Amino acid sequence: MGACVVFVPRDAASRSVGADEVADAIMREAAARGREVELVRNGSRGMLWLEPLVEVATPQGRVAYGPVEIASVSELLDSGMLDGAPNRLFLGATEEIAYLKGQNRFTFSRVGISDPLSVADYEATGGLAGLRRALEMTPEQIIAEVTDSGLRGRGGAGFPTGIKWKTVLDTPSDLKFIACNADEGDSGTFADRMLMEGDPFTLVEGMVIASLAVGAREGYIYVRSEYPDAVATMQAAIDIAYLNGWIGPGVLDTGHSFDLHLRVGAGAYICGEETAMLESLEGRRGMIRAKPPLPAISGLFGKPTVVNNVLSLASVPPIFARGAEAFRELGAGRSRGTQVFQLAGNIKHGGLYETAFGLSLGELVNEIGGGTATGRPVRAVQVGGPLGAYIPTSRFDLAMDYEAFAAVGAMVGHGGIVVFDDTVDMSRQARFAMEFCAEESCGKCTPCRLGSVRGVEVIDRIIAGLDRPANLALLEELCETMVDASLCAMGGLTPAPVRSALAHFPEDFQPREAVRS
Amino acid sequence: MIAKTTGSYPPWSKERAVEVVNKHRDGRGPLLPILRELQDVFGYIDPEAVDVLAGELNLSKADVYGVVTFYKDFRSKPAGKSVIRVCRGEACQSMGAEQLAQHARERLGVDFGGTTVEGTLSLEQVFCLGNCALSPAVMVDGRLKGRVDEARFDLIVAECEAQAL
Repeated sequence: MGACVVFVPRDAASRSVGADEVADAIMREAAARGREVELVRNGSRGMLWLEPLVEVATPQGRVAYGPVEIASVSELLDSGMLDGAPNRLFLGATEEIAYLKGQNRFTFSRVGISDPLSVADYEATGGLAGLRRALEMTPEQIIAEVTDSGLRGRGGAGFPTGIKWKTVLDTPSDLKFIACNADEGDSGTFADRMLMEGDPFTLVEGMVIASLAVGAREGYIYVRSEYPDAVATMQAAIDIAYLNGWIGPGVLDTGHSFDLHLRVGAGAYICGEETAMLESLEGRRGMIRAKPPLPAISGLFGKPTVVNNVLSLASVPPIFARGAEAFRELGAGRSRGTQVFQLAGNIKHGGLYETAFGLSLGELVNEIGGGTATGRPVRAVQVGGPLGAYIPTSRFDLAMDYEAFAAVGAMVGHGGIVVFDDTVDMSRQARFAMEFCAEESCGKCTPCRLGSVRGVEVIDRIIAGLDRPANLALLEELCETMVDASLCAMGGLTPAPVRSALAHFPEDFQPREAVRS
Repeated sequence: MIAKTTGSYPPWSKERAVEVVNKHRDGRGPLLPILRELQDVFGYIDPEAVDVLAGELNLSKADVYGVVTFYKDFRSKPAGKSVIRVCRGEACQSMGAEQLAQHARERLGVDFGGTTVEGTLSLEQVFCLGNCALSPAVMVDGRLKGRVDEARFDLIVAECEAQAL
């Protein structure tokens, strides 16, 4: 009998619940039984409630077991796990698991399948096909392909990627940059991390294609320091890409050269704002810049710069490999392609869910996510990170696309959905939004720097029942000022969670005595 | 890994710091990579580093000091032998992170930003570790932990204390 191939994810989330120990135990227990095992540390499939998810290759395809605890490994091997036999943790064929089967994986098509740092696996699964095609095209043709695909920035703002690239292409300069924003600081989001840990070569390839499109020879990936696993995997991928001639002088033996550097942040949420990130890359405090000028015209070191989110850039290689039409035909209205949702917080089936635009919020939370982890009723969900609105269950009919959300003053953002059960106190969440802004504001503009501090104080007075009508009016006025006068989204969007909490859950803002009586 | 297990670091040395500067000097905007490596090497950013970096990089001391103090990762003195970071982001809040944060402070007898008296553990708060579907999350010396309840937190502390002996 040959070696049995077993997959145990190397993703940080999987490791956070014992994947390394499970992998060790499998090897140890297999050796004790005289079985030869080839261990593959793959990315995560994104069904995080099943982690550590162990897969075994069988003649009929891969089968899954999970969540596997270290203590149950011996029992699992006794019950024939290495031969793909059913037992109490058996989930059947991985691809047939409903959560996975219901998805339309485009950007994440390779994540969870193989060893993310295997060059052979990457090329065997269509890696570099997009880049090879782009190398045959003119910059204008590359940009036309991106524009045709309908790809919009996935960091949150949803700006059309092709238009951004065209601006950089059309701005003459001897020096241009590609800057990848991997400062994924929004609570409830982890897709960038999973992509970097699960398929880092795709991001590298996407950045090379971007460099071809705009005529850049240098790129930077700015990863937050809270992601040490992503930093390590991404750096390893860059080193391998250099060794294989995918980047560096003469990309794939052509005349194009592209150098790629990894930079690690230092604990500042605001550096996820693109201009603050550029300041940080230049070695300064992460203070935001007033726009204009747009970074596409005057960005890193004052040069034309493509600033794109990880998922935007990682979507580019499959668009080139499969054609713009393959992406555009997915989605709804002006939201084309897929959206990568992250089901997070108090949710039963938390994880990553990539699908075409158009699902409703309720379908995602209740049907796909299975409701809360605690089993209590859902009360509110926050969509789009700490600056996103709180949405009550009465709005679960909302379609998950940019326009539908914008129409009700909310945003899809980076696709993070944080679920809260009925024990949540929405006045505390509103207060936290202001507190977070006070903590993370770069301090450049007054509405954000001071408004957030005043916001905490006013909410405290409202909850305490002090002069409520006047303080509620003051809070509204403060929110209006922050929205209208802040220089960036930090101050400008902090009122979104505050106002939505107030609008949909006013009962939580009653004085505590009144609630008790 | 960025946040290696704390523990033993060499004492601050200007010569060693200049070596770090020289390694990054030719990169664009090298200040942040230099500061990151100085902290990796020494465990903190010595106040004297501000003068050294200003001189070596031809920056004003105010500029360097401003950068060092802007970013939360940079410490002005060494941390405990292990660093435990408790996530207080919204996703973790929805699964009881505030109670865990309270428990952590009581268990260790220090507030966030503090180090236990024997120097074993530093406690920090962090907003999001990217483990939002396995909340509450904690990071211990750069290793992510998920579904951390109070009992699991106490186990983590016990492991750190055993390591420190």
